[in-house]
Amino acid sequence: MITKIKLTTPLSDQVVEKLRIGQKVLLNGVLYTGRDAAHKKMIELLDHGQPLPLELKGQIIYYVGPSPAKPGRVIGSAGPTTSGRMDAYVPRLLALGLKGMIGKGKRTPEVIKAMKQHKAVYFAAVGGAAALISKCIKEAEVVAYPELGPEAIYRLVVEDFPAIVVNDILGGDLYDEGTKIYESSIS
Amino acid sequence: MNTYLCFKEETAINTINAGTITETVAGLCKEANYYLGQDMIEAFQIAYDHELSLTGKEIIQQLLGNAEIAKSEKVPMCQDTGFAVVFVELGQDVHIEGGLLEDAINEGVRRGYTEGYLRKSIVGHPLERVNTGDNTPAVIHIKLVPGERIKIIVAPKGGGSENMSAIKMLKPAEGVEGVKKFILDTVRTAGPNPCPPIIVGVGIGGTMEKAALIAKEALLRPVGTPNPRPEIAILEREVLNDVNALGIGPQGLGGIYTALAVHVEIYPAHIACLPVAVNINCHASRHREAIL
Repeated sequence: MITKIKLTTPLSDQVVEKLRIGQKVLLNGVLYTGRDAAHKKMIELLDHGQPLPLELKGQIIYYVGPSPAKPGRVIGSAGPTTSGRMDAYVPRLLALGLKGMIGKGKRTPEVIKAMKQHKAVYFAAVGGAAALISKCIKEAEVVAYPELGPEAIYRLVVEDFPAIVVNDILGGDLYDEGTKIYESSIS
Repeated sequence: MNTYLCFKEETAINTINAGTITETVAGLCKEANYYLGQDMIEAFQIAYDHELSLTGKEIIQQLLGNAEIAKSEKVPMCQDTGFAVVFVELGQDVHIEGGLLEDAINEGVRRGYTEGYLRKSIVGHPLERVNTGDNTPAVIHIKLVPGERIKIIVAPKGGGSENMSAIKMLKPAEGVEGVKKFILDTVRTAGPNPCPPIIVGVGIGGTMEKAALIAKEALLRPVGTPNPRPEIAILEREVLNDVNALGIGPQGLGGIYTALAVHVEIYPAHIACLPVAVNINCHASRHREAIL
């Protein structure tokens, strides 16, 4: 039985420093959502010296565009989207104190370097387990860019959201490590 | 002077109302997103039994659980309910009344995605990127076939796996080894991004757009069904083995099930060309069909 580490946002440097690739976690508390369009808007605000629609320090951004909620439900299906599309925008947000990101897929060397520098961690959630993941989301409200529809920034409150540490502050990468174990010579 | 009497043979014409097409498409959009095919569930179960990675096994188990929740609660199995890709096999003896076929299909997509609480994921202009709000337009491929029925297949295609797809115009001299190398390079570069375990659709031959189209059509086959041509079935098996030897595994976290199947379709080619298209599908291999 593999122990899962329970984490609650906001995350401190002390907590982030101890996380290692391969550790399974259960996330609790507030997550903010954001995808390409929202990230682009935030960078544009930063470029113009304007404040962001949310306080990033200690927070986690979950890369997701949920499907619409059925009546009586908090949110629709809500699995991760491919993180790589946000890579261009991430180093500047990490510099502002963003401590965690949840998504799926590999990050660029620049992002991994920025995570080491600013002490942040990248978690993967299971892509396509969207109905299952939505069960962990207890509250959801749009806090910025409602015109973006599914790409708006939501403030979510989650309970025991399962994820796995893929990149830690030491620069490790679980995708590389995992693949190495199972790759065999091609006949 | 000779007089000839000509008799015209009566052919049965089946009249289908555009409204029926709309209703059918709306239903298929919802079903494709809620109900994972039995062929995929069985493929998952085999993968679960044989996957060597414990994390990989856990992931497959979660995906099976996810499919069960989607089915019983009628919610999409994935939040990316995709571009509505619709294949139509239109019998030559069908007459459609009450509207244009493409309009009827788009209205079906609009209704299905609204009534079904499916995500609206289409922007009207690829550069300006404003959401159309109703997941239209669909991408529609129509083929005329003999007969008086219409077969409609709705195959929602997610952006993640589509982004990892690729096409290359090889030189004929590169041959089957060149083809295999391109497929492998495409899957290796994709890594975790298309949500493995994947289905790999391959189109070899034709023109650039034909290769891409048959690669997508390849994804409609029940998972693991071999191509009827023996030499292509062998190619499918060899490529599947090579892909799984990459070790990418479920969600790219390592394992022996990177792909559940490789489906290859071929078409005649130009003497100077060897196009190869690789259309990757994630594990939510969604397609539902109806015949009117």
